[in-house]
Amino acid sequence: MGYKVRMAGQLAERIYQVWIEAPHVARHALAGQFLVIRIDERGERIPLTISAVEGDLVRVIFMAVGKTTYQLATLRPGDEIRDVVGPLGKPSEMARYGHCVIVGGGAGIACCPIIARAAKAAGNRVTGIIGARSSAFLILEDEMREVCDELYVATDDGSRGFHGFAADVLKKVVTEKRPDRVWVIGPAIMMKVTSEVTRPAGIRTIVSLNPIMVDGTGMCGSCRVVVDGKTRFACVDGPEFDAHLVDFDTLMMRQRMYLEEEKVALEQFSSHTCACGGRKSHG
Amino acid sequence: MAERPVAERVRDFSEVDTGLSPQEAIEEAQRCLQCKKPSCVKGCPVEVNIPAFLACVAGGDFLGAARIIKQDNLLPAICGRVCPQEVQCEGACLLGAKDSPVRIGDLERFVADYERALAPRPPTRAEPTGRRVAVVGSGPAGLTAAAELARLGHTVVLFESLHEPGGVLVYGIPGFRLPKDIVRAEIDQIREMGVQILTNHLAGTSVSLPELLAFDAVFLGTGAGLPFFLGIPGENLNGVYSANEFLTRVNLMHADRFPEFDTPVRHAARVVVVGGGNVAMDAARVARRLGARVTLVYRRREEDFPARKAEVARAREEGVEFVTCANPVRILGDQCVTGVECERMEMCGADESGRPEPVAIPGSQFTIDADMVIEAIGQGPNPLLIGRLPGLAYGRRGNVLVDGEGRTAIPKVFAAGDVATGAATVILAMGGAKKAARAIDRMLRDRVGE
Ligand SMILES: Cc1cc2nc3c(=O)[nH]c(=O)nc-3n(C[C@H](O)[C@H](O)[C@H](O)COP(=O)(O)OP(=O)(O)OC[C@H]3O[C@@H](n4cnc5c(N)ncnc54)[C@H](O)[C@@H]3O)c2cc1C
Ligand SMILES: Cc1cc2nc3c(=O)[nH]c(=O)nc-3n(C[C@H](O)[C@H](O)[C@H](O)COP(=O)(O)OP(=O)(O)OC[C@H]3O[C@@H](n4cnc5c(N)ncnc54)[C@H](O)[C@@H]3O)c2cc1C
Ligand code: SF4
Ligand code: SF4
Ligand code: FES
Repeated sequence: MGYKVRMAGQLAERIYQVWIEAPHVARHALAGQFLVIRIDERGERIPLTISAVEGDLVRVIFMAVGKTTYQLATLRPGDEIRDVVGPLGKPSEMARYGHCVIVGGGAGIACCPIIARAAKAAGNRVTGIIGARSSAFLILEDEMREVCDELYVATDDGSRGFHGFAADVLKKVVTEKRPDRVWVIGPAIMMKVTSEVTRPAGIRTIVSLNPIMVDGTGMCGSCRVVVDGKTRFACVDGPEFDAHLVDFDTLMMRQRMYLEEEKVALEQFSSHTCACGGRKSHG
Repeated sequence: MAERPVAERVRDFSEVDTGLSPQEAIEEAQRCLQCKKPSCVKGCPVEVNIPAFLACVAGGDFLGAARIIKQDNLLPAICGRVCPQEVQCEGACLLGAKDSPVRIGDLERFVADYERALAPRPPTRAEPTGRRVAVVGSGPAGLTAAAELARLGHTVVLFESLHEPGGVLVYGIPGFRLPKDIVRAEIDQIREMGVQILTNHLAGTSVSLPELLAFDAVFLGTGAGLPFFLGIPGENLNGVYSANEFLTRVNLMHADRFPEFDTPVRHAARVVVVGGGNVAMDAARVARRLGARVTLVYRRREEDFPARKAEVARAREEGVEFVTCANPVRILGDQCVTGVECERMEMCGADESGRPEPVAIPGSQFTIDADMVIEAIGQGPNPLLIGRLPGLAYGRRGNVLVDGEGRTAIPKVFAAGDVATGAATVILAMGGAKKAARAIDRMLRDRVGE
C-alpha cells in the first residue's frame, strides 16, 4: 500500500513537480497547508507545501537539495510513495483585504499560485512578483500570469524580466500602490530581507516558515521557531506567521542543524544510484 | 529472569530482560498462595484474574493462562513488560509483606510470549451490528477500544496520523524495553479482527470534523504527545531536543542506523537529560547506546524519581550519572549547545501533592558541559483535534473531561487514555478504553432498539 505518483517532471534547473494520488489530503487541502511524505521504509519524513489540487491529486514542487528531494525527483508515474500525511498546518488567513501582493522566490514560488487563487476567490486584487537566480531557475510563470491581475518577474542576472531582486520590485509596488497585505515565500534569507520592505509602511506581511520537521503534528518540537519573542511550533501554529515578528536568524541557525549528516546521506545516495546505473542522473 | 550483561546491552537495542524459562515460570507461579481475597487483583487497574492464571501456569497450562489474562487485558505481552507492577499487582501481593511478591509481570509476559509463538487465534467476533465507530489514535487506548468494539460486532475504522500504528509503544518506549515486533504482532491481531487501520490520517484534517462525527460513535485516544519545554534561555540552540523528538528519531525513524536510514540524530559526546520520569530514563539509556556520556539532572531527590525503580537501577548500571536536587536555568552555547547552567535545590515544606518542594539555593550555580540536551519534563494533550471539537469540556491541563465511562461533554464522543488522564500509564489507558468501549456498545445497542 502506498500513494501513487500520477505525473512527474522537471520544471527548471533542479526544480521538479510530482502529482500524488492522496484523496485524504486532496479533498481537505487549503492554501498555505503542507503535507509530509516518506518515500520508502527507510526514508525521512519531509514537509512539502501543497501547491495545487486536482480531484484526488495533490501537486508538490521542490528543489533537489539533498537525499530525499533527489530521490523524489527520480520517481516516475506509477511509482509509489510509502507515506503521505496531510493536510498539515494552518491554512492561509484569508479575507477580502483589497490589494494583495504575493512574492515568491526560487522554489518558494511553488506555494504562490494556490495562495493567489485563494486571494482572488476572496475578492482581492492580486499582484504577483516572482524572482529567481536566473531564467533557468524560474517556475510557474504562466500559471501565475493566469491567476494574478498583474505579474512581475525578476532575475538576479537579468536573464528574464527585471534585473534584480524580487525585493526591489516589491519596493516599487509598495511605494506606488500601497497594497493591503503581502505574502513573501522563499528561502529564509530572502524572506528576511524582502519582508523588511513592508515594515516601514506597516503593511501586514506573511511568511511561510520552513524549519526542520519530523511529525508535522505538534508532537516533537523540532520545528520550533521564535515569533514575537515566543517559541512556537511551525507545523501547528504556522507555517505562516507575521513576517515582522519572526526571528529569522534562529530559523536559519536551526536549519543548519544536520549539515554534516545531510552531506553524508547525499553522497551515499549519489554513489549508490550512479553505481547501479540509477534512473536519474543529477548534478 | 535473566538480564543481559551491561557491557553487551549498552551496545544495542535488543531487549534487556531475556524472560523466564517454562520451568522457572512454573516454579514462580507455584509460590502463589491462591488467596481467597486476592489483593493483587485489586492492585491491577484492569483486574486481571491473577490467581486463576497463576494456577494454570503452576500446572503447566500456559495457553489456558493466556486465555484468562486476555479476558481483561488484550495486550499482556506489552503490560507484562511495562506496567509499574511494583506499585500495582505486585505491590499489593500478600507475599510481598514478608518475602518478595510473586513476579506477576514476568509471568504475564511469559504466558503472552508463549502464546504468541504458537500463532494465537484472534478472539471470535459477535454478529455484525452495522454500527460504525471511529477510533482516533493507535496507542494502547485506541488499540484496546478498537479491539473491544470489533469483538462486540461493530465496524471500526482507526485513524492514526503517524506512518506506523502503536503510539508511544512504537515511537516512545525503546526496543530494549519493549521489542517492536511484539507491538506489531498485537496490532496484526487487531487487524485480523477486521479493524481497518488508516495510518497517515490526521483526524481533524485528513478526516474532517463532519466526516468524523458522521460515525455512530467516536473514540478519542489521541494521547498526551505535546512536549513541554523548560522555557529557559538557550533552549532553541542546536542540540536541544524534547525527549519526544529524540526518541521518535531513534525508535520510529531508526536514526541510530543513519545513513542506512535517512533520518539523522545528533551524535553527541556529552548529553544532559532533564527530568526524572520513565521518559527521562528511556532518553538517557538511548543516548548511552548512541555512545554518549550521559548526565541526568533532576530537581528533586533520587527517592522522588517518578520513574520505575527498576528502570532507574538499570540506567545507573548502564553508566548514566545522576545529578539530583539541581535545576537547569540556562542552556549555554553560541549556535550549538556547549553546556547547561544549573542551580542547586533544597527540599523544603511540601507542595500540593504532599511531596517536598524544591527551592533554589541562591548563588549555587554550576555548569555541566554538554553538546546535547534532552528535555523530558512532561507532555500534555495535543490540542490539534480536541481543541477544534466544539462543546468538549477540558480539565486544567488541557485534558478532555470524561465521566467514569469515558463520556465527554459531546454526545457520542468518548475519550480515554492520556488525552483524558494526562500523561499516565499503558494499563490505565487500556482500562479506560475498555470501559469506554463497553459504554459505546451499550449506547449503540440502545439506539438499535429505538
Ligand atoms: C512547511 C514546509 C514546507 C516546505 N515546502 C517546500 C516546498 O514546497 N518545496 C521545497 O523545495 N521545499 C520545501 N520545504 C523544504 C523541504 O522540506 C526541504 O528542502 C527538504 O526537507 C530537504 O530534504 P532533503 O533530504 O532533500 O535534504 P537534506 O540534505 O536533508 O536537507 C537540506 C536542507 O533542507 C532542510 N531540511 C532537511 N530535513 C528537513 C526536514 N525533515 N524538514 C524540513 N526541512 C528539512 C534543512 O534546512 C537542510 O539544511 C518545506 C519545508 C517546510 C517546513
Ligand atoms: C518514553 C515513554 C516511556 C513510557 N514508559 C512507560 C512505562 O514503562 N509504563 C507505562 O505504563 N507507561 C509508560 N509511558 C506512558 C504510556 O506510554 C502512555 O501512558 C500511553 O501510551 C498512553 O496511551 P494512549 O493510547 O492514551 O496515547 P499514545 O500512546 O500517546 O497514543 C496516541 C496516538 O494518537 C495519535 N494521534 C494523536 N492525535 C491524532 C489525530 N488527531 N489523528 C490521528 N491520530 C492522532 C498519535 O500519533 C499517537 O499514535 C511512557 C511514555 C513515554 C513517552
Ligand atoms: S496488567 Fe499490569 S498491573 Fe495488571 S496484572 Fe498485568 S502486569 Fe499486573
Ligand atoms: S496476592 Fe499474591 S499470593 Fe495472593 S493470590 Fe495474588 S499473587 Fe497470589
Ligand atoms: S514537526 Fe514535530 S512538532 Fe512540529
